[in-house]
Amino acid sequence: MPFEVLVALRFLREGRIQTLLILSGIGVGVGVIVFLSALIGGLQDSLIERTLGTQAHVVVRAPEDVVRPVSESSPGLAVAPRLERPAQRLRSIVGWAQTLDLVRSLPGVRAAAPTVAGAAFALRGLANRSVALRGVEPASFRNIIDMAPRLTAGEFRVDATNAVLGVELASDLGVSVGDKFRLETPAGRSDVFLVAGIFDVGNKDLNERWVFVSLRSAQTLLDLSGGISTIELKVEKIFDAERAAGEIAARTGLQADSWMKLNRQLLVGLRSQSASSWMIQFFVVVAVALGIASVLVVSVVQKSREIGILKAMGTRTIQVVRIFLVQGAVLGLAGSILGSGIGAALSYFFASLATNPDGSPTFPVNLSPVLFLGAAAVATLTGLLAAVAPAERAASLDPADVIRYG
Amino acid sequence: MAEPLVVLDGLTKSFGTEIVTEVLHGIDLEVLPAEFTALVGPSGSGKSTLLNLLGLLDRPTSGRIVLAGRDTTPLTDDERSAVRGRTLGFVFQFHHLLPEFTALENVMMPMLAARGREEKGMRERALSLLEEIGLADRASYRATKLSGGQQQRVAVARALVLEPPLVLADEPTGNLDTESGAQVFELLRRVSALHRTAFLVVTHDERIAARCDRVLTMVDGRIRSDVRNGRP
Repeated sequence: MPFEVLVALRFLREGRIQTLLILSGIGVGVGVIVFLSALIGGLQDSLIERTLGTQAHVVVRAPEDVVRPVSESSPGLAVAPRLERPAQRLRSIVGWAQTLDLVRSLPGVRAAAPTVAGAAFALRGLANRSVALRGVEPASFRNIIDMAPRLTAGEFRVDATNAVLGVELASDLGVSVGDKFRLETPAGRSDVFLVAGIFDVGNKDLNERWVFVSLRSAQTLLDLSGGISTIELKVEKIFDAERAAGEIAARTGLQADSWMKLNRQLLVGLRSQSASSWMIQFFVVVAVALGIASVLVVSVVQKSREIGILKAMGTRTIQVVRIFLVQGAVLGLAGSILGSGIGAALSYFFASLATNPDGSPTFPVNLSPVLFLGAAAVATLTGLLAAVAPAERAASLDPADVIRYG
Repeated sequence: MAEPLVVLDGLTKSFGTEIVTEVLHGIDLEVLPAEFTALVGPSGSGKSTLLNLLGLLDRPTSGRIVLAGRDTTPLTDDERSAVRGRTLGFVFQFHHLLPEFTALENVMMPMLAARGREEKGMRERALSLLEEIGLADRASYRATKLSGGQQQRVAVARALVLEPPLVLADEPTGNLDTESGAQVFELLRRVSALHRTAFLVVTHDERIAARCDRVLTMVDGRIRSDVRNGRP
């Protein structure tokens, strides 16, 4: 063991009550940091998970129709055109097969699926509901939104004339698995479908509006034969979605929107939550640093005799500095281990308090090893920095003073 | 005649910045290897100041200190620390052991500080010194669990562990009862002869001074007399 570490550890061990108190202080501080990170992290993960569970990360669609003025101004004639925004019609993505291949080949893109989306009415008997028709390929769509675990009845089968709809819509129409209902588009095309499955995505609006059919059925109903209206994709890292959307838009000339753009409010909410959590953690770190520094300053005064003896025995100034830096680092590291335990205990306790009726935690706390390692690194570094001033004070002690006056 | 171990050349020391008090007025002195010297004199005569200068714990206002042939005046603090570790051992009046450590660890401490970590043979060397001072059985005792005389003997072992050619002792028996004091003094004489170590012992005790090879008497910041007791 290096000389400096040996002396530092012995000084701390002999500090007893003082060392214990500051260790508890650091422990509580680090505990708060760990708990807060776990809580906010878990909360945010669960919010994002809930939001993105029923959303693609990026949605690519054909660019909107725009109107260009055709009249030219000629000398002597002033034209004041009023450009009226055109009504947007459902359009196919031109050359969508190539676009799909291109999108799938982009780095960071995990999966992509062609879909057809449009408006329709679901009819049965006297019931008439406006719905969002979604034509999908089950194989590729499963990687975008996995509907299978969200089914309450039947299965996610959307071939031929099979359709899957939400629980609210099923109850509105009074259908269950195996029953028939009719889908009709505003343009007047219609077809009869068989209920193959019923889903519940935990959102009443979506449960009322989504109707999944095969890609081909949707193409026929919406008069898009052979075409698709949107490409939906998932990216590897959700916060890269905006960047991926920008790249796709630039390379294809299509309109690409990320979940971050479509859920601006959620994103702002998450960011301000993170900011306030960082703020609290920053002040806790400052408090911990001040605590360590003050204990070490006191320790320098208490140990001034020992420091004088060490210097008289040939201990170099830099060694004295290191003895105190090591003490700061050891306090930080040991305190962070204690704090990780406190934080984990707090997290589990809190998670067990706030539970859903079925006993599952309202929001899972996110206790990753990275969190503990990060807390340990921050605390150790804080201890080291907090020890700089006391260490310099110890180094500047004059051994002659100490020895002269005992 | 052997090469002198210590040469002091016109050493002065003043304290204070506004009201300057000169406590040493030009000390010239040579100390020979293995010489056992007592430094006596009334309080305030400058004995401790001289010892601190000689121990490189403080810097002279003017003059030179040559230790083992090396002029220490131009050295930096860290170089002085290194010279101190190599050339000098200290025994203080208040036996200054580190209370956090055992007797054995206290004796090892100068070696640890010099080498940066424990190396082979250090423990054995410290133990053999403890044996020499008759405290081998107290090796694992905390410094605070030893009597005053025992602590001072451990301090002597610590001063000798790096085999310095010179040990400075500031009233090494001043804080002890007569019997313990006599024991410690006997030990100093014995190890001085055994290791061929020069000692400079500050003392108030006339009986101790009388049993040293050489007695320096200081009065008012000057060396008043320099007597060698019956040796050439």
